[in-house]
Amino acid sequence: MSVKTAVRLAFAAGALIVAGSAAAQVKIAYIDPLSGPFANVGEAGLKHFQSIIDKINASGGVLGGQKLEVVGFDNKSSPQESLIAFKAVTDQGIRYITQGNGSSVAHALVDAVNKHNARNPDKTVLYLNYAAVDPDLTNVKCSFWHFRFDANSDMKMEAITNYMVKDKSIKKVYIIGQDYAHGHQVAKAAKAMLAAKRPDIQVVGDDLHPIGRVKDFAPYVAKIKASGADTVITGNWGNDLSLLIKAAKDAGLKANFYTYYGGGLGTPTAMGEAGADRVRQLTEWHMNLSPNKTEQYALDFKKKHNLDFYYLRVNNAMLMLARAINDAKSADPKKVAYALEDMRFEADTGEVWMRKSDHQLMQPLYISTFTKVDGKTVKHDIEGTGYGFKTNAMISSRDSQLPTSCVMERP
Amino acid sequence: MEFFLISLLNGVTYGLLLFMLSSGLTLIFSMMGILNFAHASFYMLGAYFAYQISAYVGFWPALIVAPLTVGVIGALVERYGLRRAHHYGHVAELLFTFGLAFLIEEIVHLIWGKAAVDYRVPGSLEGTLFTLFSTSFPIYKGFMMLVSVGMLLALYGLLTRTRIGLIIQAALSRPDMVEALGHNVPRIFMLVFGGGAALAGLAGVIGGNAFVTEPGMAAAVGSIVFVVVVVGGLGSLAGAFVASLLIGIIQTFAVAIDFSVTDMAAALGIDLAGGSNLARLSISQLAPVLPYLLMVAILIFRPRGLMGARES
Repeated sequence: MSVKTAVRLAFAAGALIVAGSAAAQVKIAYIDPLSGPFANVGEAGLKHFQSIIDKINASGGVLGGQKLEVVGFDNKSSPQESLIAFKAVTDQGIRYITQGNGSSVAHALVDAVNKHNARNPDKTVLYLNYAAVDPDLTNVKCSFWHFRFDANSDMKMEAITNYMVKDKSIKKVYIIGQDYAHGHQVAKAAKAMLAAKRPDIQVVGDDLHPIGRVKDFAPYVAKIKASGADTVITGNWGNDLSLLIKAAKDAGLKANFYTYYGGGLGTPTAMGEAGADRVRQLTEWHMNLSPNKTEQYALDFKKKHNLDFYYLRVNNAMLMLARAINDAKSADPKKVAYALEDMRFEADTGEVWMRKSDHQLMQPLYISTFTKVDGKTVKHDIEGTGYGFKTNAMISSRDSQLPTSCVMERP
Repeated sequence: MEFFLISLLNGVTYGLLLFMLSSGLTLIFSMMGILNFAHASFYMLGAYFAYQISAYVGFWPALIVAPLTVGVIGALVERYGLRRAHHYGHVAELLFTFGLAFLIEEIVHLIWGKAAVDYRVPGSLEGTLFTLFSTSFPIYKGFMMLVSVGMLLALYGLLTRTRIGLIIQAALSRPDMVEALGHNVPRIFMLVFGGGAALAGLAGVIGGNAFVTEPGMAAAVGSIVFVVVVVGGLGSLAGAFVASLLIGIIQTFAVAIDFSVTDMAAALGIDLAGGSNLARLSISQLAPVLPYLLMVAILIFRPRGLMGARES
C-alpha cells in the first residue's frame, strides 16, 4: 500500500467518524457515583435517565431525528473526582451534564461550568441538576448555566412545615440529621420555619450524627425518647434513615417521622413494617398518586430494570430539555438555556415552571405516608415490601415557592 | 434512670456484637500472627449467605449453615491462598488479605447487586422481650446477647478444656515441637482460620438483619473491629471482650451528652460565645471518634493493649 492510499484511507475513515457524529447525538454526561458506598443510588439514577431518553428517542428524538444519549461518568461521590470527570466530559465535546447526589459535588461543578463557559464561549456546557438540594445553588451561588429540577431543601421544609401547622397534635419536635451541609440546612430551616409558623411547638432536640457510619441508632432513639418528642424531622437518606427508623421501632418510640427520602432507593426494604403508618415523605411523585399518569411508565420501568421508579424529576428534566432544544431549533447550550428558563411544562403531575430568576423548578409536591397495601388507595407496594405510599396532602407549586436572592448574570 | 438503664443495655448489646466480630480476628492473630484485613468481609458473607439460605429454608438452619459455609471458605482461603503467601513473609500475607477484602466485595456486587437486600429478623424473634419503664427491649437484641455470650463460653471451653484446644495453644507457641509430636500444624492453622472466619460469619448472620445487609457493611465495621483488637490487646480473647464492652458503652453514652467545650467554659464562668466551631462541637458529635481516640491513647500508654500478652 502506497503512502497515498494510506492517506486516502485515513481521510475516508475520518470522514466516516465525522459523518457518524453528525447523524447523532446530543450527549448528556451523567456525573454521579457508580462505585463506592452510594453506587446503588448512582446506578439507579442512570437507569432512570436511560429509560426516559429511550422513550424520547423512540418518539423521534429532537430537532427532527437527532437522538439523545446519556453517558455515565463515575465521580465516586467526590467533588475532586467530579472535576476530573468534567474535564473528560469537555474533552469529549459533550455539552450537557447532569448530577444529583451531593450538594458538595454540585457546588464544585457549578464553579467548573462557570469557569469553563467564560473561557470557551463557543463550547459552553449546561448543567441540569436533578437532586442536589442546597438552596444556595439557586440563591447566592446561582448560575445561568445551572438548572435545578428538584425542589430545594428550604422549599421542601416550607412544604413540610405548612403541613405540620395544621396538625394540632404536634407539640414537641426533634430534629436529627447527618452531619454535613444537607443535615445542617434541614435543621436550620426546620427551626426557623417552625418558630415562625407554630411558636407553640417546642423543638426538644437537635442532633447531628456522622454520615453513613452509625450502625446502631438505639442511643439516639433513647435520647429522642427521653426528650418526649412526638414528631421527628430528618433529612437522612439511605441506611442512615432505615437504621434510624428500625431502632425507633425496636425501642417502641411512638413518634411520626417527616422525611425527605423515605421512599428512596433501598430504604423501604430496610425499614419494612417498622416504618408503617409512621414514616412520611415529601416527594414530587409516588406510585399511588391519583390520578397517576406515570403509572404505566413506572410499571414498565420496574419490569425492565427490576427497580422501582423513583425520580419523576428525571423525566421532567429530559422532556423539558428535549422541548427546549426543539424550541431553540438548536442544541447549543446557550440557546437551549434561554429556551428553558421561564418554560412552563405540562408534567405528569400538572404544570411545572422553571422560574427565570433563579432556574429553580416549581412543581407540585406530595406528602405521603408509608402504609400497608390495601388494593384501593394504596394499590402498589414498593420494593416488594407489601407497603406503599398513601397521599396525605398535595402542596401546589405556589405553596412551596420561596423568594430568591439570586442575581443572575446572563451572557 | 430509665435513660441510664436503657443506654447501658444498648451499650452492652452493641459491645457484644463487636465482640462477636472481633473474637475471630483476635483468635487468628494470636494463633497465626496474621492481621486479617478481610475479616469484616467474612462478616458480610455471613449476612449474605444467611439471607440466601433463609429465603429457602428459614432462619434457623441459616444460623448454622451460613457460618459453616463461611468457615469452609475461610479454610480454603488459608489452604490455597494464605499458605502460599506465607512463604513470602508477613507483608505478602497482609497484602493478600487486603486484596481479598476487595475481591469479596466485588463478588458480592456481582451476585447480589449494589443495593441492600431484604434480610429480615425472623417472625419468632420479633416483638418485645421486656419493657423497662416505657422503653421496650426487643427480643432480637436479647437473642444477640445470648448468642454472643454463648459463643464466648464455647470458645473459652474449647480452647482450655478440650484436647484440640490444647493442641491449638501448643501450636501457637511451639509449632516445631507440636509438629515433631506428630500433629499436622498447617492443618491446625487452616482450622483456626476457618473457625475465625466462621465466627465472623455468625456475627454476620446475627448483625445482618439487625442492621442492613448491603455491600458497604464490611467497610463500615472493618475499622472498628481493629480498634477493639488493638485496645483489648492483639491476640487476647478476654481483652477483646472487655474492649468490646468498653467501646460499646462509651459510644452509647457519649451520644447522650450534649456538652461542649463552650458549655464547659460557661459553667466555669468563662464566656466563649465567639469561640471557634471546634469548641462548640458537643461530645455527642464526637462519639464516633472516641473509639479511635481510645486506640491512639492505648497505643501510646500501653502498646500491648489492655490484656495483650506480647509487646507487638
